[in-house]
Amino acid sequence: MTSAPPADARGRARRSRGDSRRGDNVFFNLSRGSGILLLVVMAAIAGFLAYRSFLALGKNEGNFLTTFEWTPDATEPVFGIAVLTFGTLVSAFVAMVIAVPVAVGIALFISHYAPRRIAQPFAYLVDLLAAVPSIVYGLWGVLFLVPHMDGLTGWMDQYLGWTYVFDQSSTGVPPRNLFTVGILLAIMVLPIITAVTREVFRQVPRMHEEAALALGATRWEMIRTAVLPFGRPGIISASMLGLGRALGETIAVATVLSTNSQLSLHLLDPGGGTFAQNIALKFNEAQPLGRDALMASGLVLFVITLLVNGAARMIIARRKEYSGAAA
Amino acid sequence: MSSTVTITDATPPQLAHRLTAARLPRWAPAATAAASVALGCGIGAAAGLESRVQWGLLSALLFLVVSYTVSASVEGRRQAKDRFATSLVWVSFVCAVVPLVSLTFYTVQQGIDAISPEFLTHSMKGVVATLSPDGGIYHAIIGTIEQVLLATLIAAPIGLLTAVYLVEYGRGRLAKAVTFFVDVMTGIPSVVAGLFVLSLWNIALGFQYSGFSGSLALAILMMPVVVRSTEEMLKLVPNELREASYALGVPRWKTILRIVLPTAIGGITTGVMLAVARITGETAPVMMLVFGADFINSDPFDGPQQSLPLYIWQQYSQINNDFGYQRAWGAALVLIAFVMGLNLVARGVARWRSPKGGH
Repeated sequence: MTSAPPADARGRARRSRGDSRRGDNVFFNLSRGSGILLLVVMAAIAGFLAYRSFLALGKNEGNFLTTFEWTPDATEPVFGIAVLTFGTLVSAFVAMVIAVPVAVGIALFISHYAPRRIAQPFAYLVDLLAAVPSIVYGLWGVLFLVPHMDGLTGWMDQYLGWTYVFDQSSTGVPPRNLFTVGILLAIMVLPIITAVTREVFRQVPRMHEEAALALGATRWEMIRTAVLPFGRPGIISASMLGLGRALGETIAVATVLSTNSQLSLHLLDPGGGTFAQNIALKFNEAQPLGRDALMASGLVLFVITLLVNGAARMIIARRKEYSGAAA
Repeated sequence: MSSTVTITDATPPQLAHRLTAARLPRWAPAATAAASVALGCGIGAAAGLESRVQWGLLSALLFLVVSYTVSASVEGRRQAKDRFATSLVWVSFVCAVVPLVSLTFYTVQQGIDAISPEFLTHSMKGVVATLSPDGGIYHAIIGTIEQVLLATLIAAPIGLLTAVYLVEYGRGRLAKAVTFFVDVMTGIPSVVAGLFVLSLWNIALGFQYSGFSGSLALAILMMPVVVRSTEEMLKLVPNELREASYALGVPRWKTILRIVLPTAIGGITTGVMLAVARITGETAPVMMLVFGADFINSDPFDGPQQSLPLYIWQQYSQINNDFGYQRAWGAALVLIAFVMGLNLVARGVARWRSPKGGH
């Protein structure tokens, strides 16, 4: 037992150990290298966009933050992100106001309300909604949703027009406005918010729910006292993931919105623009300076989504029990 | 005399004092729903509201109000609140179903007429798009397949290796940074990825528009998705398998290649396929980098190509043109069928080779 192995076997063992060490080294460095590559790509995105924006901003005759126009290729280049920032934030805000409550409702439906036979297929169905390409959403939005929004915007103008925001000053034009865009974005981010929220609701300790029911709570009281408090961080981070998606959505917005460079608080009037939509539409005719200007706006969008997503991930990471929820 | 009066006074409360509170019958919610939908549509039709959206909103509002008031009058406020919440949840369920059904139905309805053998096997070369219904999506299908394939070839190995690093080796600050930035990278807007590749590949390095530069942008969008899903799958591989392999003297890299990855291969495949489905529908980066040719170009490394999402966008952009809309819907139907098919297959694979059994 204790005797040394024969010489050739020892040699083979040493050789194979050398092989395995080399193999381990190669494999370790390969995998670590790809991890580092991802970081490099992120840094490069920020770096290159920052460099091009720096070139563009030097030639800008207007104020980048407060100018409404976007004419970087004119003889006197002027461009600013005021309208784009406003449009991006407002459409995303409308989307969130609609999508978050509905998504929480759907998640509750899947986790607590639906008969078991419906719940699973329906969860699949909602996931499929996430797979629909955004160009198809855009096409459906402009050719189906917009004509159907006429009545609704008319109503809102009639009954909520006093709020100024919902006052429709131009009648008779198709409602290709920020409000419709918000609704379309809400439909698009619904599956993302639902998926994360659903997973969190599933992880609510069964004991809490049963304790609430045993004390005589109705189902709604049980959800209010046991499920929602437990799921709140999950709901918040899911909403922020959805918000990140809504802020960066390009082609669906570009199809539906009819744009101009005016900053109007009337959400039901066509006009305005968003960062991503502006890049997509202006890109083809852009001259070199125009392209750099678009990259400057892209950098702003990149930073905004970075902050929103980073915040969402930090909220998720703080609660370790959501390990399965960070999909 | 007075005593009989007290008796008659006392009896009614005793009779009303039953052990169970009054409840609505089990069919009450369904009946309320049916009644409010009927009423909503009735009001809509009577008031001459042309849009079905308004009918639906009216019905939903009626449903909520009626179920609350009926329940409040019969069962009391607490139960009414419960009924109200249940109704809200059901209404939001309907809210999710309606757009999905409408979208699918409308796309199929509009697109099915456009699809013919000719549509699938011809390009747009020599077709005046606004004047004739001819032409097809063959060049777009070829372009999409090649670009997505190239993107997958770049993104899948890198994503896989990164996930292996995070799960098998990852300790310390580097791994934490990679995890965080992979998460953040999932949220990069596709248009930003397009701009980046443009500034690096086309402007700084001086390459021309080609299918490959599109694939580079798609790969950036795909990598984080692959990393996330692979990571989850590798975490599910039981530690006993690794330990058993180490105990037999198998080196680490061989353990990973021969034991860990094969165990998780089902889930990894699913993740990659879902990522492919996601990037297939991306329009914005392709629009900037591939540039949309009308003819068949099967070389992704040289010259403009076409892709399905971009084709839809171009056909739609020919404002108020029925031929263009028709072709756009046809291509949209093909695209949606492809993406959803990929999704279903991916989920099938996941169920078929789930690592949870620890085999």
